[in-house]
Amino acid sequence: MSLPDPPMGLLAELTHRCPLQCPYCSNPLELERAGSELDTATWLRVLDEAAALGVLQIHFSGGEPTARKDLSVLVRRAAELKLYSNLITSGVLLDAGMMDQLARAGIDHIQLSFQDVEPGNADRIGGYSGGHRRKLDAAALIRQAGVPLTTNFVVHRQNIARIPEMIALGTELGAGRIEIAHVQYYGWGLINRDTLLPDRAQLDFATAVVEEARDRLKGRVVIDYVTPDYHAARPKACMGGWARRFINISPAGKALPCHAAESLPGLEFPSVRDTPLAEIWRHSPAFLRFRGTDWMPEPCRSCDRREIDWGGCRCQAFALTGDAARTDPACALAPDHGVMAEAVAARREAAFTYRRIGAR
Amino acid sequence: MSDPVIPRFATGMKFRFDTVRDRWVVLGPERLFLPDETAVEILKLVDGQRSLDDIADTLAERFAAPREVIAADLTAMLRDLAEKGAIRL
Repeated sequence: MSLPDPPMGLLAELTHRCPLQCPYCSNPLELERAGSELDTATWLRVLDEAAALGVLQIHFSGGEPTARKDLSVLVRRAAELKLYSNLITSGVLLDAGMMDQLARAGIDHIQLSFQDVEPGNADRIGGYSGGHRRKLDAAALIRQAGVPLTTNFVVHRQNIARIPEMIALGTELGAGRIEIAHVQYYGWGLINRDTLLPDRAQLDFATAVVEEARDRLKGRVVIDYVTPDYHAARPKACMGGWARRFINISPAGKALPCHAAESLPGLEFPSVRDTPLAEIWRHSPAFLRFRGTDWMPEPCRSCDRREIDWGGCRCQAFALTGDAARTDPACALAPDHGVMAEAVAARREAAFTYRRIGAR
Repeated sequence: MSDPVIPRFATGMKFRFDTVRDRWVVLGPERLFLPDETAVEILKLVDGQRSLDDIADTLAERFAAPREVIAADLTAMLRDLAEKGAIRL
């Protein structure tokens, strides 16, 4: 059997600790505690192995990655290895001293998340009083340091009306890239789906606003747009296909084809503590399980889009059908597609289940 | 006569050689481009100093090709990358 192409990107989830409690957090429901996190030496070795394997971009994420005291040490190693480094942060812990350290270490780009443009609602969604103000300060620090900025806005029914103002804020803060990302409904997002999911008209509004802004800002600001699956006819190519482009390392050192993969039963994910990254990428049964097209059932197997969407998302298939090997219900051709419309019909206002250790 | 157009990489974009894949890559925030050989020859001349005209002259001489053909290909390639946010024109 031939070796797979090397991964393009590595998502380093340095910690699950985070001051915010967003009810759509992409972290798993089972959050790792600080005591189980990888130490600095192991992360440095993982970066070395990643570069040797062919990883080109490293995304430092979390939780809140700036909660790790050794972040700038890891960024420096990434720069030495010529890995393109991206920090994905809420910004609430970022101060002038830390920004200076990160800039000196050679951070290539920072993606700063916002919960809304309206401060009260932003703080309510993040479950963190005063957070929005701190994010605005963080954006200024990032731009003063001359580091390229992306502003990321996660959108859902509780803030979707303000996408025009979000794009205006991102532009005003000096972002070269703005991400308007609909909540992806796994894990915490799935628990809070009824109160977050937009209806069709709201989605169409969001899409129209983004398309207009893209045209208006062309050549100056890049706008990336991530849609929700629930009104779609075809699934997204989740992670660009299982174990095709990305490798994710959890705070405790589990190597995963995507950040939600630990929700899937029956797969044993290897640890970078005792297994080299190259061996994991090439030979781990969990990585091989859904790589390529051999695993596919019908209607995927004979579909002419099978190498476009790679069968959609395995975690969503499992969460909504109980079988990770079924066609993603986001696809209109999937036997389980009806569950998407049922979810849209079940929308109602309810209190958030905030993301915190022990909430579930 | 309008000002010369000087192409440069957009903020946050990096053009580097990847020894694992043995090819040039352009890296940016959530962006990755794998330029073909022609594009690589063009991008090597994008240094924030040379204008489009300078680059066309250099390439026409180097490849002994008609300058107008080179200039058209060059502009089309850089416009495409500019729309994708990798290059500023």
